Amino acid sequence: MSTTKPAQPKKQLTGAEALIKCLENFGVEYIWGLSGGAAIPIFDALVGSKIKLILVRHEQGATHIADGYARATGKPGVVLVTSGPGATNTVTGIMTAHMDSVPMIVLTGQTISPMLGKDAFQESDIFGITMPVVKHSYLVRNTNDIPRIIKEAFHITNTGRPGPVLIDLPKDVTSAPFTGNSLNPPMDLPGYTFPGKGRLSDIKKIAKLFDGSKRPLLLVGHGAVLSRAGDAIKKLAYKLQSPVTNTLLGKGEFPETDPLSLGMLGMHGTAYANKALTRCDLICSIGSRWDDRINGNPQKFCIGAKKIHIDIDPAEIGKILLPDASCIGDARLIVEELLKYVKPCDTKDWLKELNGYRRQYPLKFASTGKLTAQYVLHELQEIIQGNAIVVTDVGQHQMWSAQFNLSTKGQRWLSSGGAGTMGFGFPAAIGAQFGRPNDLVVAVVGDGGFQMTFAELSTVYNSKLPVKVLIIDNKYLGMVRQWQELFFDNRLSGVDLEGNPDFIKLAEAYRIKGVHIDKVEDCRAKLKEAIEHKGPVVIHAEVIKEDNVFPMIPAGKSAYEMIIEPPGKDKKLEKPTGST
Amino acid sequence: MTQKSEKRKDIHTVSMLVANKPGVLVRCAQVFARRGFNIDALVVSASVNPKFSRMTITASGDPGTLEQIVKQTSKLIDVIHCSEHTRTDSVDREYALIKVKSGSSAQKAAIRKLLKGRAHVMDESSGAIIIGQTGTTEELDSFEGSLKKFGIVEMVRSGKLVMAKGKEPT
Repeated sequence: MSTTKPAQPKKQLTGAEALIKCLENFGVEYIWGLSGGAAIPIFDALVGSKIKLILVRHEQGATHIADGYARATGKPGVVLVTSGPGATNTVTGIMTAHMDSVPMIVLTGQTISPMLGKDAFQESDIFGITMPVVKHSYLVRNTNDIPRIIKEAFHITNTGRPGPVLIDLPKDVTSAPFTGNSLNPPMDLPGYTFPGKGRLSDIKKIAKLFDGSKRPLLLVGHGAVLSRAGDAIKKLAYKLQSPVTNTLLGKGEFPETDPLSLGMLGMHGTAYANKALTRCDLICSIGSRWDDRINGNPQKFCIGAKKIHIDIDPAEIGKILLPDASCIGDARLIVEELLKYVKPCDTKDWLKELNGYRRQYPLKFASTGKLTAQYVLHELQEIIQGNAIVVTDVGQHQMWSAQFNLSTKGQRWLSSGGAGTMGFGFPAAIGAQFGRPNDLVVAVVGDGGFQMTFAELSTVYNSKLPVKVLIIDNKYLGMVRQWQELFFDNRLSGVDLEGNPDFIKLAEAYRIKGVHIDKVEDCRAKLKEAIEHKGPVVIHAEVIKEDNVFPMIPAGKSAYEMIIEPPGKDKKLEKPTGST
Repeated sequence: MTQKSEKRKDIHTVSMLVANKPGVLVRCAQVFARRGFNIDALVVSASVNPKFSRMTITASGDPGTLEQIVKQTSKLIDVIHCSEHTRTDSVDREYALIKVKSGSSAQKAAIRKLLKGRAHVMDESSGAIIIGQTGTTEELDSFEGSLKKFGIVEMVRSGKLVMAKGKEPT
């Protein structure tokens, strides 16, 4: 980077002031954080800054808000917390971002350098604690290193495979005068490179594998969303006449409403997408990592089919299965190049076969007159018609939402995939709304997960964010209850959420409108009224308590062993061998 | 820690050039630990450029997993270069200090006879002799074996040093 014209600081800055100047120079709009002793110099430097400081109620909330902002905009979210418990409260959010390759910068205050390692008040070794869940991290020792470290952090977090970067800032380092020459110094990252276009010979090898394929399948993952590969994938799918399926995090980058789309595959994916896995003669992953939600048993994954893996992370190639061809690089650039070398495949019979499955095994739910989660989510889909950013929490409602909310664009479906973090959905929706103030943002959450992070209702109120929160309340930790019913003789343990609050009163306590739904008859009207409300709304949908998500591929099993319909009450299923 | 030569089949030597700063060793060791690889020997030392350190890790485990470990380690921002080395592409040496009971003068003579031309006595204090020896891992294993009958009190080994042959960087 050029240092020919260093931006000479006019007045003597402190380390903290230099830090905030650097963040401003990177175009940071918001910092989500919670103050504390060791971070006071940094909070002090934010007074009068053009960066808007949003005070959250819990540090985990700050990380998920930053995460949602990043997923919805592609820009890294920035979090600022204090040392000790403030720092450790960010760990779940950092891990969530790390698992799903989300750019995020977490600034943590730290005790003064001479006290490091001496069990000082509110000292935690957050640098050590977070090491396995960050893309990179820093413990800043010298005030004058701050601009270089911030520059490196922004570079690292959002290039190649994105991931969170943590910067631990001892109080003496942020308090001391900054005497460096420049706020824009050169980076020093000799060990960091990231792939771009992909090797042409690899791309040609991939194109050759498509030659003569009669039953190809494109698999779109989060990497495709991150590289905005949608248009290129559309062209590829249409040129090849190949059906497309997507992972949970790949939703929308290829429109799920497209005739070539089979929707989501995997554990709770559509039956037709999973049938396609068992029948394809070639599968080409574009930015997916063959995760165990779609590939419970790598030995039985698309048996006999050629496997192609396109990924930006070399460590993903061969991690779960050995591909017949692979290419390392940016998904969009690779697919754009690949387009030049592939020829149309003769897939008439294949598409006909898949349409047969589509007719035979549509997504459906029982209509007994009682309110079900699927019905509510189906109605939501009818109202928003894909014109909203849908953010989910984790559990049954997440899977039903994935099934019934068809995404038509990337960055419009935000969900904690790899980590499966309950409590993610609501704050992540707040972050999405900050990043996309003019878009409709709907958080679909369960009654369990919402109670983990609902304190951010005050953030919604304070920042006047028109977020819509739809609580699917079945008074259970439903996904675990489903497992206990199906695989553990219905011995329910640790799943009954008795003592839930009155969610309407809870919303009203935060001066937020509440809408209660418990009947099929007025579900649509009330939902519509709530979604069309100008400000924030908490919609409390009380649904039937016992309901299960199907189709289902039990953990550790392959798509060949998919359970499409609920098994009979007396039919005993063997316990899954996969982890969860 | 050190295993005998017949058990050394699944031992791998990985060499890394890393940034010379605090925490880098932990980052690398975590990758090995998470994949269930036991680190048998580890050498961290300066490289020609003081900005970088050289790490040589000898570890045991399955080769497929090792490939993943090399890739995961290479991904670390502080790791400039990481690769596995074999006997054909590299040279290696190890150093051992072995303390044996010196006992009677006849035993001392027997030890000295055994050492002839192979090793050197570093110290001879009351009751114990410290012997220094350089060699390949296997040579040191067999040397250790030959000293056993005198009663080994303790042993320290440096861990393997590896350097790639020819122009290839290690």
